[in-house]
Formats: sequence, structure tokens, C-alpha cells
Amino acid sequence: MKTIAVVDYGMGNLRSVAKAVEHVAPRARTLISSSASEIAAADKVIFPGQGAARDCMAHLRDYDLLASVESAFHNKPFLGICMGLQVLFDSSDENDGIDCLAYVAGKVSRFERDSDLPECKIPHMGWNEVQQQQSGHALWNNISDGARFYFVHSYYVQPKDKSIVSGETDYLGQFCSAIAKDNVFATQFHPEKSAANGLQLLANFSQWQPN
Amino acid sequence: MGLAKRVIPCLDVDAGRVVKGINFVDIVDAGDPVEAARRYGDAGADELTFLDITASVDNRNTIYEVVEQVASEVFIPLTVGGGIREVADIRKLLNAGADKVSINTAAVHNPALVREASEHVGSQCIVVAIDAKGVHVDGEKPRWEIFTHGGRKTTGLDAIEWAVKMTKLGAGELLVTSMDRDGTKSGFNLPLTRAIADAVDVPVIASGGVGTLDHLCEGVLQGGADAVLAASIFHFGEYTVAEAKQAMRAAGIEVRL
Repeated sequence: MKTIAVVDYGMGNLRSVAKAVEHVAPRARTLISSSASEIAAADKVIFPGQGAARDCMAHLRDYDLLASVESAFHNKPFLGICMGLQVLFDSSDENDGIDCLAYVAGKVSRFERDSDLPECKIPHMGWNEVQQQQSGHALWNNISDGARFYFVHSYYVQPKDKSIVSGETDYLGQFCSAIAKDNVFATQFHPEKSAANGLQLLANFSQWQPN
Repeated sequence: MGLAKRVIPCLDVDAGRVVKGINFVDIVDAGDPVEAARRYGDAGADELTFLDITASVDNRNTIYEVVEQVASEVFIPLTVGGGIREVADIRKLLNAGADKVSINTAAVHNPALVREASEHVGSQCIVVAIDAKGVHVDGEKPRWEIFTHGGRKTTGLDAIEWAVKMTKLGAGELLVTSMDRDGTKSGFNLPLTRAIADAVDVPVIASGGVGTLDHLCEGVLQGGADAVLAASIFHFGEYTVAEAKQAMRAAGIEVRL
């Protein structure tokens, strides 16, 4: 039986993520874990997160999970969600600048309100469309291009290497809403809160076998 | 194309049971929160809001079980309001599976709670409910005041100033309910909704008074709301969430279909 570990480092509710994965992958063993050895032993790792980048990095250190998370995104199918996407980058502008995990070159910036787009509030909250930039990617299987997913965030990622952009969304301009790089896929939106499309993406992750 | 305006059914929950009637065709148990939530999710609801109206202290913990069960089976965002007094209550709800909590009375009595909560769990989880009623005093400009306890107690606070203050303290979203309109089916209080939507940077949910699908459209087009919340028109089967969205789309509003 495959094991999917949802990394628990004290950054918010993980139950929804785990329940959604159990829902689509009943034959996998899904566990919420803050144990480095369990994460190391898992076949796949989901790295969620919400809140602030500073707290996220601090908690990873406090829980002594930096090494196991780094090992996971270098070695096994890895799904980052929301803050779990942002902290993969070099740094975040949040809290006057926070060094992050630097798996992806680039930074994380805050949305700024635009007087020409008064309807664009911050946070970006709700269901928005994701244009698939790597439409052949296994995690987009059976999901239509432009499908809507649930977002809630005030910061967005800016990868230097545009070839890793797997999804784009329009809010105060086009921004990168998903990345794919080797065995890593990470989304700004919340698949666990995105009804059928989100469940499909999680199902795709549970079956994903990156080369 | 871009961000969709949201349609949010609101369910009252008393001691773990949905009350005020859910009138779906062939629903097995109208009082079962999980079944009601699943029906709304299947119908295309963008989020769900549960308002815990449990009065008895003995039954206070039932809401956590409800949230846990619903969050295990319905994969859309879930907001829970009612009876929240401290950060510990918020943490318990989020840990049970809620995505956001809605605070009203506690924010009025203790505005620092909003700051404390948003610092601990993030602004995106904190909805402040603005329950406002028009106040007309001879010789003064009409204005809206914040009320608590289901509209029974006035606070003397100006609704627009209060809304701005709440966002400065860290509210990530505002749920604006017109107590004059709530239950009247005569439509949202559009000037109130608009005034708050224009005054703050965060999303605004319009609530109170929906009787027709046109009312939902007006909330967005004239009220400037980012989301519309309604209870009775959905519960009693007058309209489905899908019909609401079709009507909004026909009015030129972007929705998730």
C-alpha cells in the first residue's frame, strides 16, 4: 500500500487535505505527520500551509522538518499547496523579507490594489480560472483548461524560469498559480476546497509517477 | 474572465441539527448537516456558512462534530459563525475543518480579538460580521449603526467606520447584514453594502433580505459585493443555487457554473 504523508508543521488545518486525499485514494494510506522518519518513509508527500511565510519557516525549523521536506521535494512525488508553494521559492516579501527553501529561483510578492481594477480586492479570495501552461502534465489529466479552483491568498509567486509555470490565473494581471518541476507540483489554489476539479487533481497526484 | 462572484447558502445549526427547514426534493433527513451540505455542494454552492445558534451550554460542542463531519465529505470552503469568544474557539473550529470563522458580538465587545485571531491563524480565516441597522435622528444625516444580539442591541458604532476599523485589525472578509432587511425578502440594503464595499480593500459578502434572484444580482451589480449569502430562498426550495448562478450570469456577472 502506498503511503501519502501530509506534512503537519503547525500551519493550519490539515484535516481537509487528508480527508480529500482519502476520498480520492481510498487504497492509499494517508497520514498527517510531523515525524521526519514517517515523511522519509512515505511514497508521496503533500506539503500544505497557510498563514505567514515567517511562521511557516520558523515552524519547519521548530518541528525539525526542514531536512525531510527538502529531501522529499528532491526525491519523491511532492505536492505543495498555497503556502506550500510559496516557501519553495528563494524568498518572500512577507514580513519585510523572509528567506525560504530556495528549491525554485524567484520570489514571492504581495498583490497591490490597482485603481483601474477596483473590483480586485485583497486577499484574492474565491473561484478563479487556471490556464494550463503544461497541458500534458499528468496532474491536469481530466481537468479542462480554464477550470476554476478556490484561491485565498495575498501573495503570489514569480518564478525566474518560466518553463516551470504549469498554470496561470488572471488577477491584477496574469500570475503563476501552479508550478511543475520534475517530481514537484505545487498550486497556489486549494485543491482540497475546489470541489470536483480539486478532487481530480488530488486523484491525479495519487496516481502520478514522475520519471 | 476572472474571479467569480460567490453564492453562499447559509444554514442555521442548533445542537448539531440544521433548523429552519431544508426543503429539498427527496431529502432523507433535512436536519442532517452533512446531507444538507452535500446537496448544496452538488448544486454548485461556492462556499457554505454554518451559523451555530445553539443556546444551551450543554450542546456547545456539537458544532465541532458537525464541522468535522461536513469537512470530511464536502470539499468546498466552510465558514462557521456563532458563539465565538476567544482565539481558542477559533482554533478548535479550524482544527475541526472550518476554513473561516465569522465573528460579530465578540468583535464588538473585544476588537483586539480580531487582531489577535488574525495574527494567530491568518486574516484569510477571519470574517467579521457587520450587523447594521439604519438610524434616523431628526436633523441628522441618516447612518447605519452596528447592532448585536440578532439586531436587538445597539452599540452606537457607525457601521462604515467599524468596517474600516475591522479590516485594519486584520479581518480578511466582511459579512454585511442589514438587520432592517433580514427576513423581509425585500432585497439587500444596497446603499449600505455599497458604502462598505467602497470603503474597504477586503471582499464583502452581502446578506439579509434576499427574496428573488434579482436581489442576488443587485447585491453584486449595485451593492458592489464579492459574494452573496442567502438562506431561506434556497432552503425552502424556491430556487436552487444553480438557478441563482444562471440568473447572475444572465445579468452579466461572472460565476462558477
